[in-house]
Amino acid sequence: MQTYSYYPGCSLHGTAKEYDRSLNLVAGKLGFELREIADWNCCGATAAHSTNELLGLALPARNLMLAATDGRPVLAPCAMCYNRMKVAQHELQDSSKRQVVERLLGRSEKLISEKKVSWSEQVSVVSLLQALAGDGIQAAIKEAVLKPLKGLKVVCYYGCLLVRPPEIIQPDNLENPQTMDRLVALLGAEVLDWPFKTECCGGSLALARTDIVLALGRRLLGMARDVGADCIVTACPMCHSNLDTRQGQIKAKFGESFDMPIFYVTELMGLAFGFTPKELLLDKHLTDAIKIVKRDDCPERSEGSRVTHHENKD
Amino acid sequence: MTRIGVFVCHCGSNIARTVDVKRVAEAVGQMPNVIFSTDYMFMCSEPGQKLIQDAIREHNLDRVVVAACSPTMHFKTFSGAIQRAGLNPYLIEMANIREHCSWVHPDKAIGTEKATDIVEMAAAKTRWLEPLFPRAIGVTRRALVIGGGIAGIQAALDIANADVEVVLVERSPSIGGRMAQLDKTFPTLDCSGCILTPRMTEVAQHPNITLHTWAEVEAVRGFVGNFEVDVLHKPRYVDAAKCTGCGECLTRCPWKNFPSEFDEGMGTRPAIYRPFPQAVPNIPVIDADNCVALKSLREEPGRTKPKCGACSKFCPRQAIDLNQQPTITTEKIGAIVLANGFSLFDPTVYGEYGYGRYPDVITSIQMERLMNAAGPTGGEIRRPSDGKHPRSVVFLACIGSRDDRVGRPYCSKICCMYTAKHAIMLKEHDPHVQSFVFYMDVRAGGKGYEEFTRRAQEEYGACYVRGRVSKVYPERDHLVVMGEDTLMGMPVQVEADLVVLATGVQPQTDADRMARKLGISYDGYGFINESHPKLNPVESNTAGILLAGMTVGPKDIPESVSQASAAAAKVLGLLSQPTLLGEAMVSWVSQERCTGCFTCEAVCPFNAIDKVALRDGRQAAQINEGLCKGCGLCASACPGKVITSRGFSDQALLEQMIVLFRERELVSR
Amino acid sequence: MAETTFEPRVVGFLCNWCSYAGANLAGTSRIQYAPNIRIIRVPCSGRVDPLFVVKAFQEGADGVLVLGCHPGDCHYRDGNYYARRRYNLMHGFLDFLGVDARRLKIDWVSAAEGKKFAQVVSDFTQQVRELGPNP
Repeated sequence: MQTYSYYPGCSLHGTAKEYDRSLNLVAGKLGFELREIADWNCCGATAAHSTNELLGLALPARNLMLAATDGRPVLAPCAMCYNRMKVAQHELQDSSKRQVVERLLGRSEKLISEKKVSWSEQVSVVSLLQALAGDGIQAAIKEAVLKPLKGLKVVCYYGCLLVRPPEIIQPDNLENPQTMDRLVALLGAEVLDWPFKTECCGGSLALARTDIVLALGRRLLGMARDVGADCIVTACPMCHSNLDTRQGQIKAKFGESFDMPIFYVTELMGLAFGFTPKELLLDKHLTDAIKIVKRDDCPERSEGSRVTHHENKD
Repeated sequence: MTRIGVFVCHCGSNIARTVDVKRVAEAVGQMPNVIFSTDYMFMCSEPGQKLIQDAIREHNLDRVVVAACSPTMHFKTFSGAIQRAGLNPYLIEMANIREHCSWVHPDKAIGTEKATDIVEMAAAKTRWLEPLFPRAIGVTRRALVIGGGIAGIQAALDIANADVEVVLVERSPSIGGRMAQLDKTFPTLDCSGCILTPRMTEVAQHPNITLHTWAEVEAVRGFVGNFEVDVLHKPRYVDAAKCTGCGECLTRCPWKNFPSEFDEGMGTRPAIYRPFPQAVPNIPVIDADNCVALKSLREEPGRTKPKCGACSKFCPRQAIDLNQQPTITTEKIGAIVLANGFSLFDPTVYGEYGYGRYPDVITSIQMERLMNAAGPTGGEIRRPSDGKHPRSVVFLACIGSRDDRVGRPYCSKICCMYTAKHAIMLKEHDPHVQSFVFYMDVRAGGKGYEEFTRRAQEEYGACYVRGRVSKVYPERDHLVVMGEDTLMGMPVQVEADLVVLATGVQPQTDADRMARKLGISYDGYGFINESHPKLNPVESNTAGILLAGMTVGPKDIPESVSQASAAAAKVLGLLSQPTLLGEAMVSWVSQERCTGCFTCEAVCPFNAIDKVALRDGRQAAQINEGLCKGCGLCASACPGKVITSRGFSDQALLEQMIVLFRERELVSR
Repeated sequence: MAETTFEPRVVGFLCNWCSYAGANLAGTSRIQYAPNIRIIRVPCSGRVDPLFVVKAFQEGADGVLVLGCHPGDCHYRDGNYYARRRYNLMHGFLDFLGVDARRLKIDWVSAAEGKKFAQVVSDFTQQVRELGPNP
């Protein structure tokens, strides 16, 4: 039973709550455990790395130091948190930078503990897609699918942080990644190829330059629609937020209405495993993601289902 | 008592700027045995050489040191000069104080000190040089040309027309090479086939040329004038003596849909095929990997009748022979011309351009096949996805050239020109087409080339955009090309029906294997090294092996043809004499002291050591001076040190070290 | 007596076809490198007798560099393989003689590798400089 040190980051306990919920449900079904890192701090995201290099490295480094106490691999479902931790690991191979960060963090009272915390490169950091990529887990996923997502046409949107910078992230394919596609195919959905897998969504410019985010979002949604997709699936709370929450604004500005549901990959997995939209918090989406599910005939669980779930015990 | 003359060259300012040549001459003049020491501006010039010759006569010199450039530059020059003054041409040593000193050390004090050492070492070595007399070796008056493209064809014809026998080996089923794939050639827009096929026919019919296609060079032995080459003849499964080239078999083959190599995957061919209709020889070959009949015979050993007999059945001359085996013949050859051409960069590695992912992204050679009237679409430009005629075509230049990230920093030379050609030809095919060319620079250095590229823009309306493309992606029924226009300073997007990638040239993927068979060297990309890029561009460093065409580096057809003729001239020079001079700096065994251990024989790469019986019955080693190349492995391996490597004897090498350290000691005291 | 930094004396055996040509290329490319090396041209790296190396150290060389063609590319086919084997043995032998084995280096430089030649010479010279004079 694989146990991960779970790093939710600010979004999974906040705006991406449905990602957190669906991940936990799916983890339970697949048999891996998530142990949240105690006293984790914000990874800094764009706000930190674009203003101060040291801050941008020290924040994720502290989380790595905390994780290093038990040495379990760290699962960071948020693409940005994942990316920052990988970058920090890479940059801090430079001993002069590492010394500065260690000195800085050494002042944190939590770290000067009898556990003799010192972070190391040996803590492995995985993204959600990496955690679900192994042969064993993929077999478990196939086993767990109760309601294949037949007829659901999906395009997989990776965004930028899961593939760039390529020297650090080392994606399977920089221009045409396949990990999410393969994963969603296991759920029985029809995965469509499309050319915008790694195009930018506007990222954290959502507040400072909303106009850019709207333009890029429109471009992405347009292409997804043009290739015939029913929905877009993603593994990044920022991408999800930009695409899910702004469709109304896009309609207001450009007059184009998409009504395209945006799913987290764990939500699709949850649906395929037999969880209800309500359990998966699908109602938290701004763009209706439930009607498509009902349309695809995935209502209550059928008789003889292998799943027992406490809330449903009558 | 040797009498050494030392001549230190200024080489203009090449040496004199960072080495005080007068001081060097003076210092070396102090050495014992140095009778005469002087400096001069340009030693290799006529007066420079005369200076040496006069000094030899006046001072009765019997050894000469020329301190100047590298011996690879001018050893022959000075060797010839002293020979004309009556000395044996091997009694000279060059001290390399230019490439190895003046050009790499800017500090004059350091340069002068080092140069003095180098010249002293050379002077010390000359005391141990002896007169050498290269043997005359016989010459086989036959040439081998490897590669049947335009360069190989030209070389073969030039040599054959001088009444020398030529063997031409080509590994594909027909000669013609890349030029046969082209539709038109720049800048004249000649029909490529029209200018090539007459040459091809000439080769086939020439009484002095023996043509082997579907054949490869397996092994090369020997040395200049006396090569032995093993040629592997792959089985065609068609009896060449009976086949008339009628082509009936091609129409009868039930399996017609294998990707055509000649059409670069844009078209198909049957299992029995010829690459193109004007193939020379016009004899089909059977694709053994895919032919159902051959596969059945291979995979089911018990079978007597093959699973399919369509071609055999319908051949009017019963020329199909499924039992053919590969054979090897050995040719005696005097000189070899290597003209094995090039391959094209595979742009799949640029994931952002979508080659291999989107059918309407093609390479230039594929475009060439579309344009060719004998090509897969009969000369009509059609999109691979839906067969429609494209209205908007975007060309991307420098794909796999000038890009260090993919290991190809060099320029491929021909792509700007062939892209302009495509833009022009497209408009000729369809006046409604609009072409766009995303370029970095336009390189059009040949005769009429610049005018040609301007024509493409001014007369044929091609829109040239200076900038790179960041992404090509499909949108509904067309492609979108996202790039930048650096002259306008803004990003641009072009909707394209067809995108053409101008892929760069690179050596054949197995170029290094061929180079090793021949014993010639190649650079980091696999292009063959010429002896000197300016002064000796068609010779390799191995005597008797000449080079022509793209195998040496990117070039266009006029250059390939010129090089081929140049190589042919060199071949004729080599083969025009009844004998050649062999290697003079060979090794010899002092047989009285040889114990007959034959360690030398074990290490000699050229089997040049013979075992001979001496008068007292003892076995001793004897070096075959015809085969010996002078590498000196035997000399260093010999446990008894009874072998002398002429020109590089133990004393000659050791003396260089001794004088280096002894002189220094004297100075420091 | 003025303090001078020790400048090592390095002897280089360069094979005529590859490394010597590579050194020429460094020259035509005007690439600068440490001037301490004195080059002895041999037809092949396989010509270099271990006795030459010993003699070089005996006479006072601080470092010896043997450069040949890349394995597989020897102009005489196998010469550099013998050189490679010989020098693997030499390294052990030098220790026995009381000479630091790091004073001897064998490397492969092709005719197209001017930059590499300069780099190898400069790096080796620095290495020998750090080892100090040959006792």
